[in-house]
Amino acid sequence: MKGQGLRLYAILYLVFLYAPIALLPIFAFNDATIISFPLRGFTTEWFAALADLPTLHLALKNSLIIAVSSSVLATSLGIFAARASTRYEFPGKGGLMGLIMLPLVLPEVIVAMSLLMVLLGIGVNLAIWTVILGHTLICTPFAIAILSAAFQSLDKSLEEAAYDLGESKLSTFRLITLPLVMPGIISSLLISFTISLDEFIIAFFLAGSEPTLPVYIYSQLRFPKQIPAIMALGTILVALSVLLLTIAEYFRRRGLKKTGAKDTGGFL
Amino acid sequence: MRREAKSRRLGPFHAPDPVQTEPDTARQAGAGDRGGMEEKSRWHRFRRSEAFAGLTLISPTALYALLLLVAPLATILVYSFLTDGDTVTRIVWEFTFENYITTWTQPIYRAVMMRSLSVSMMVTAVTVILAFPVAYYVSFHVAPGRKALWLFLITIPFWTSYLIRVFLWKVILGYNGVINSGLTSLGLIDEPLTFILYNVNSIVLTLAHAYAPFAILPIFVALEKIDRSLLEAGQDLGESRLMTFWRVTLPLAMPGVVAAVLIVLIPTIGDYVTPQLIGGGKIPMIANLIQSQMLDQDNRPLGSALAVSAMLIVTVVALAFVLLNARFLRVKK
Amino acid sequence: MNNVPQAAAPAPIASRPTMIEFRDVHKYYGDYHALRGINATIKAGEFFSLLGPSGCGKTTLLRTIAGFEDISSGAVLIDGKHMVDVPANVRPTNMVFQSYAIFPHLTVEQNVGFGLRREGGTPAEKARRVEEALEMVGLKGFGKRAAHALSGGQRQRVALARALILKPKVLLLDEPLSALDKKMREQMQVELIRLQRQVGITFILVTHDQEEALVMSDRIAVMFEGQIAQLADPETLYRRPNSRQVANFIGVMNFLPAKVLTEAAGRIAIDVQGLGQTEIDATQAPGAVTGGEISVGFRPETLTMLYEGQTTTERETPGTIEEVVYYGDMTYYDVRLDGVDSPVRISMRNVFGRPVLDIGTRTRVAWSAGALVLFR
Repeated sequence: MKGQGLRLYAILYLVFLYAPIALLPIFAFNDATIISFPLRGFTTEWFAALADLPTLHLALKNSLIIAVSSSVLATSLGIFAARASTRYEFPGKGGLMGLIMLPLVLPEVIVAMSLLMVLLGIGVNLAIWTVILGHTLICTPFAIAILSAAFQSLDKSLEEAAYDLGESKLSTFRLITLPLVMPGIISSLLISFTISLDEFIIAFFLAGSEPTLPVYIYSQLRFPKQIPAIMALGTILVALSVLLLTIAEYFRRRGLKKTGAKDTGGFL
Repeated sequence: MRREAKSRRLGPFHAPDPVQTEPDTARQAGAGDRGGMEEKSRWHRFRRSEAFAGLTLISPTALYALLLLVAPLATILVYSFLTDGDTVTRIVWEFTFENYITTWTQPIYRAVMMRSLSVSMMVTAVTVILAFPVAYYVSFHVAPGRKALWLFLITIPFWTSYLIRVFLWKVILGYNGVINSGLTSLGLIDEPLTFILYNVNSIVLTLAHAYAPFAILPIFVALEKIDRSLLEAGQDLGESRLMTFWRVTLPLAMPGVVAAVLIVLIPTIGDYVTPQLIGGGKIPMIANLIQSQMLDQDNRPLGSALAVSAMLIVTVVALAFVLLNARFLRVKK
Repeated sequence: MNNVPQAAAPAPIASRPTMIEFRDVHKYYGDYHALRGINATIKAGEFFSLLGPSGCGKTTLLRTIAGFEDISSGAVLIDGKHMVDVPANVRPTNMVFQSYAIFPHLTVEQNVGFGLRREGGTPAEKARRVEEALEMVGLKGFGKRAAHALSGGQRQRVALARALILKPKVLLLDEPLSALDKKMREQMQVELIRLQRQVGITFILVTHDQEEALVMSDRIAVMFEGQIAQLADPETLYRRPNSRQVANFIGVMNFLPAKVLTEAAGRIAIDVQGLGQTEIDATQAPGAVTGGEISVGFRPETLTMLYEGQTTTERETPGTIEEVVYYGDMTYYDVRLDGVDSPVRISMRNVFGRPVLDIGTRTRVAWSAGALVLFR
């Protein structure tokens, strides 16, 4: 009885969560320039229109470069920190880890602004790579969260066994550690990629004149006649995000199964 | 047992490779030898130690955070005590409290800070209260095999473009938006409602939607940790379901609620996009103010003072909440 | 198993060459003194156990042999060579881990053949060695199985085969049976003994299970708080423990307060509460008794309860049964001897037709001076 009421509430809550996103495909395929009801009919015109926007293409290219670079950098930095924090005790561990994880709880505007002040202060020209710096910073905590779980579920005696059987530390890492945490690494790459691709504030302030996808979208929101195309673009982006997340979740679960650990739920 | 478990972790297995093949001077020197040997052996020992291995390993990531996070934050802290110059000099190296005095006494700034605080507190309250039953449902009423699916469904919206989600609320609430056009075409209203967009409530609604998964997950994790036999014990000892919830479940879930509050409160105070899009730029919050001072007005010291003040407010509110909760829990016990 | 050459009789432990030597080994973790001056030698081909409660340092000591644990001072020698600065991957030892540490992403044969990667030999040669190793542990034909699909006992065997394939001089076993159920554990105990005889190398077993140590070992080192309390063969350890602590850890021991009366010519005259005056051999005081207030210990099975009309050539003492615990093949009686403060435990083998006695029954207990052990 009680469970039924809660269940209804939970489902309504999910509807509330998804309702705005559900509008994306509805208006992306709606044959009208104004986003309003009633619907006017089906069209793929807005998707086709995306092909004729050179700035969009540049923004997409920039975003992909940034997202790939940031995810690789953040995952690499994440491997170091996750390994250190799960395997070793050392002085200042709590402080250093807190510092590295700080971007999780710091308003992004403050991260972006303070970084911008330093970059402007030392006379750096804003470009794609300055965005990569910022994105790596905010993606690293997420990478660490995922990778720590992967390293944590790895039995230390597996590595000791390989070392005991004559392998060097490096070959032990390659033959045992890496294959067993690989699902975590892939998962971390995908999550970081998704975060970077969607990130707006840091890109907005640190990209200089280079557009990224969210910055481009933001700039187009001021022009009502661009909105349907943005809805189409949003539809594609959401579909892509869901796809990447599903793949990430698949690898995370496969990793857990491989090491025989118990599933404890989501990404965070 | 714990000692032994610890001893296993403390092995030299992960000590840097090359030093292992060097002879241990301390051991060969024997007890009688002192002085330089002692010094050398201490360094030697440290190099072989777990602490050294751990510090070495974490150093790239820690250095990155130091250079790109701590140094910039320190910079704006310094800036906040300096004097604004003209556009060419930008900053004059003269120590002053002027920026903080302006920040905390000027009515405009105080109003914006109060608004940021109240908006984020409202968002937090709405989000956490709405999220708790969902977390409770997933933890207590969903079959273990299906929990991961529920969590996945809850987290997906979070990973879709924040910008687009915020904008969609503008589409929903706007003058010609989904609600207005929907209600008009249904004949319920003649003129579009104007009170639903460009105000604080619409900002709260949008942010509450955006941060929903953040609130559910920590509460869910806390609820999952509760030993189910405790609840049975509660009822076994004659408590009603409601009293069991109040006296057992809720106190045990409090750490999750605290985490949820902090994880929603902190970023919402500093939100930039929502006031810009949903508030139409007319209802700025602290983030918009920082941005406009730093860039549009080119008053970096004042912008920095605003940023530092914002961080202070966040810290104070967060600490106050954590302490309040600690007291609440102690009273409960 | 059948083609194992049956050696006439293994050489006595004392005359075999030394395989491992600990010289005043100390180990600190910060301020915590984990190993406090370990001195011991372990012989070639010996089945040696490190026995003690958790936290006594037995696993730490094992790991100093493997090379996973640095020592703070002293020396560890394997086959006469100093092991300081010899890393684990080149030591002539291999280890069976408590969790077995089976590589979950590899098959059984990839696990077993893991250590051969660095060795010479053709792939066919290596495959043959893997097959041999699997056969030795009774897993013939399991090579292609995925490691995560194995049962606990099978994992244990894979871990053994993987460690033995490299023909180490010493095999280290860290609580290898603790994860198995009772039946499986007893079966594996017998198999480990067989395997050790077959390969003839030194086995060093860490365990907290005294029964396991007694069953399997040639010699046992009992450890408490980072020190070896007693190092002896199982029988000596059981019959002549050198301290109350050791006596309590291994099996059950009754204690009664006693006084030393005289000491002369290898004989000690004592007065034991409840039992009265008696004389014992000096070898029955392994813990070096100096006189005055001492205690006397005896195992439950060295006492016999006399039934009505039964007589004995041993000494006898009257008492009252206070507790009866029936175990099927055995019955434990707690009997308060006349003039004694606390009851002593007696174990009696149940004989068909002889009833189990009730609480409160008056009885006589037979004992012999030769079964007593003196403690400080």
